[in-house]
Amino acid sequence: MAHPPYGGTAHQAAAPVHPGPEPVPAYAPAQPAPAGGRGALAGARRRMSRAATTEPGRLRITGALLAVLLAVFGATAAVAVSERAAAAEDVVGRSQPLSRDAASVYRSLADANTTASTGFLAGAEESPAVRERYAQDISRASRLLVTAATHTDASSESGRQIAHLNEYLPRYTGLIESARANNRLGRPLGGAYLRYADALMTEDLLPAARRLHLAESARLEADHEAARSWPLVAPAAGVVALAVLGWAQRRNYLLTNRVFNRGLLGATVAAALVLLWVVGAQALASSRLHDADVHAQRSLDVLNDARIDALRARANENLTLVARGAVLTDDGKDDKYAAEYAQTMDTLGAALEKALHHADDEEGRRPVDTAVRAMGEWRTRHDGAAGADREGDYEGAVRKVIGREGSTNECFDAVDAALAEALAHEQREFTAAAVAGRSALDGLAAGAALLTLTGAVAAILGVNRRLAEYR
Amino acid sequence: MTDHDGNREREPAGRRAAGGRAGRFRLRGWGGVAGMAAACALVASLALPALSPAPAGEPLATAPAGRERSTVREAEDCTDPEASLRPSTAGGPNIDAIRQRGKLIVGIDQNSYRWGYRDPVGGGLEGFDIDLARAIAADILGSPDAVIFRAIPTNQRIPALETGRVDIVVRTMTITCDRIEQVAFSTAYFRAGQQVLAPKSSPVTGYDASLEGLRVCSAEGSTAYEALERNSFGAVFEDEHDGQPQDEDLLTVPNQLDCLVRLQLGLVDAIVTDNALAAGQAAQDPAVELKGDGPFTTEYYGVATELGKDDLVRRVNHVLEEYRKGPWMEAYRTWLEDDLPGVTGPPQPIYRAG
Repeated sequence: MAHPPYGGTAHQAAAPVHPGPEPVPAYAPAQPAPAGGRGALAGARRRMSRAATTEPGRLRITGALLAVLLAVFGATAAVAVSERAAAAEDVVGRSQPLSRDAASVYRSLADANTTASTGFLAGAEESPAVRERYAQDISRASRLLVTAATHTDASSESGRQIAHLNEYLPRYTGLIESARANNRLGRPLGGAYLRYADALMTEDLLPAARRLHLAESARLEADHEAARSWPLVAPAAGVVALAVLGWAQRRNYLLTNRVFNRGLLGATVAAALVLLWVVGAQALASSRLHDADVHAQRSLDVLNDARIDALRARANENLTLVARGAVLTDDGKDDKYAAEYAQTMDTLGAALEKALHHADDEEGRRPVDTAVRAMGEWRTRHDGAAGADREGDYEGAVRKVIGREGSTNECFDAVDAALAEALAHEQREFTAAAVAGRSALDGLAAGAALLTLTGAVAAILGVNRRLAEYR
Repeated sequence: MTDHDGNREREPAGRRAAGGRAGRFRLRGWGGVAGMAAACALVASLALPALSPAPAGEPLATAPAGRERSTVREAEDCTDPEASLRPSTAGGPNIDAIRQRGKLIVGIDQNSYRWGYRDPVGGGLEGFDIDLARAIAADILGSPDAVIFRAIPTNQRIPALETGRVDIVVRTMTITCDRIEQVAFSTAYFRAGQQVLAPKSSPVTGYDASLEGLRVCSAEGSTAYEALERNSFGAVFEDEHDGQPQDEDLLTVPNQLDCLVRLQLGLVDAIVTDNALAAGQAAQDPAVELKGDGPFTTEYYGVATELGKDDLVRRVNHVLEEYRKGPWMEAYRTWLEDDLPGVTGPPQPIYRAG
């Protein structure tokens, strides 16, 4: 092999522009600091400045620099990707299920309260199905609270709400049983117990369950953001590594007039691949997770709210017939429960409209449409029941509310079932999108590490090939 | 003013106190009437400014503009809200309409234990008020079953009469000066009053110093609450946030029956409410009883009709004349005596001139 033709000139030209040791301290903070104290570092610096005065020395430094840069790039890429993959995994495997469970606790409690009032209206003829539904609601809520507690720090907001719910839920069920027992004896006192239980549920338990759901949603949102946040250090390290590779190759070309150094070229390809992969996979994951968040999760939140509204409206409708004007609104003009029924139905209407707006495909829209129609029918039938009640036909009114056919109960069930279907659909959408987002990052951490390692080896081999020319 | 549910029924306390029944019996006669009129006018003139802006619990049919005028007139006239039309069997257009229909439509309660409530097994309605309604149907139509019961909520009693949905209301409805402007009442068929209800084992002896330091429950805005406001004997009877959105509804509650829930849960020590309703409470909980020798206020229940249905009012008063002679005590023994002992007979009727 010939000596490099312009070795001397290049040396003189290159030395002032790129003083050998400079790049090393410049990137030192970004890489794992080499072992050794300040003295060792100063020694290395001296050795390097000496080495930088000869071409082989400069080549050695370049090789080391490239290896370090590629290693840094690989490490930062692997760390960033695994952090995001972990966050995406959390979304799919932990925070979304917890948020879903919290929503389920919320809904189970509201459902239990509504079912209790339905059973109460039926009195001694309470059907086993109604009783069973109440029992299932309570067990589901208790079970989910236990699960949630194991995943939650007791001192966090969620932990406090869980403790509160655990404390008050037994009180609530106690009141419901008192209401039932008195009601079966034909004592109006049962109705007073039911109203007391309802007040405990609406003013205490449901707000706590709602706060729990909000806290879990916030946690989910945080995981979402973490998974979707763009990595900055890794792409920057990649760009720097590619820039230095480019410089090294250009210098090689200028010194040797050879266009390609296979080692350096291989390293460049590896680094570029990793950079593209990281950017592409992150873009894909972000877009899928964005879909999950913006489309599915928001629909889920709205639908959950709508379902609670439907349950509250239904409970108020029942309680209007239980309380019989025993409690009036604060201005004393209307029946409290009738007024709250009207209010919650309006909220339900608004929530359904919002759900339609958020539904982004036909399969999501259809059940919401069904719910809207059922709600319209519910309102019509409710007016019929309220009319019967006004006329003094109490039994007729009760039949129109909890009866088998033609009752508002059918409409409520239809609304509830349609919303359950819509929720299931959005949940599937969510899971699919979130899983797709997570799998976009699959294998990337290991791949990035392997590829950059290969690149580093290739770079060193490439430089060694040039070094061999000086022997 | 307490009514069936004891909720948010407010009447100026002063007028009631001045026109208290105990005093009225002593003041009977022309001098008494004149004295009462003067006292009422004086009290009303004092109570008026405070009264007019305060919305009473029940929706009032009279427009706000007409309200003040009627209150003034009422103050002049309202010496004896319980005084009703003389009894008669003569009949008239309203009686004819009921006969033609073949059924008497009666507005009743179904949540007032021992007065009007639904038997959970048979599903039928029963109680003191229901018996009276059947007696009225039997007199007008010849059969105690010629009656359609319509369960109406508390706040719908007056609208139900005004819109003709029911012929009469028999629903522990207190005769008050406010109400006689809106509906016509029969003569009084029951004398009630505020009394203390507490556990049998409680040291409470009545509306007296034994209440000191205890937590006493009453319905918001009820006569009971007003009595406690005047003199609570050192009892705690107000919630910290009464009248605010975060109202605890612990010591002052929307409905008198809510007090029994709080008492059973150990959240309060005693209840002050209308004794007729308290009897209904005691009947639902064998561990509580009425305390003291009797009620410390007086109010009367009457059968209500739409204003101007004079023939019907006279007919009901005729039924009540007969009812007082025997069936009344029978109904009392059936429904009330166990928990409200010591009543010796029905209140005597008072009739207006003419």
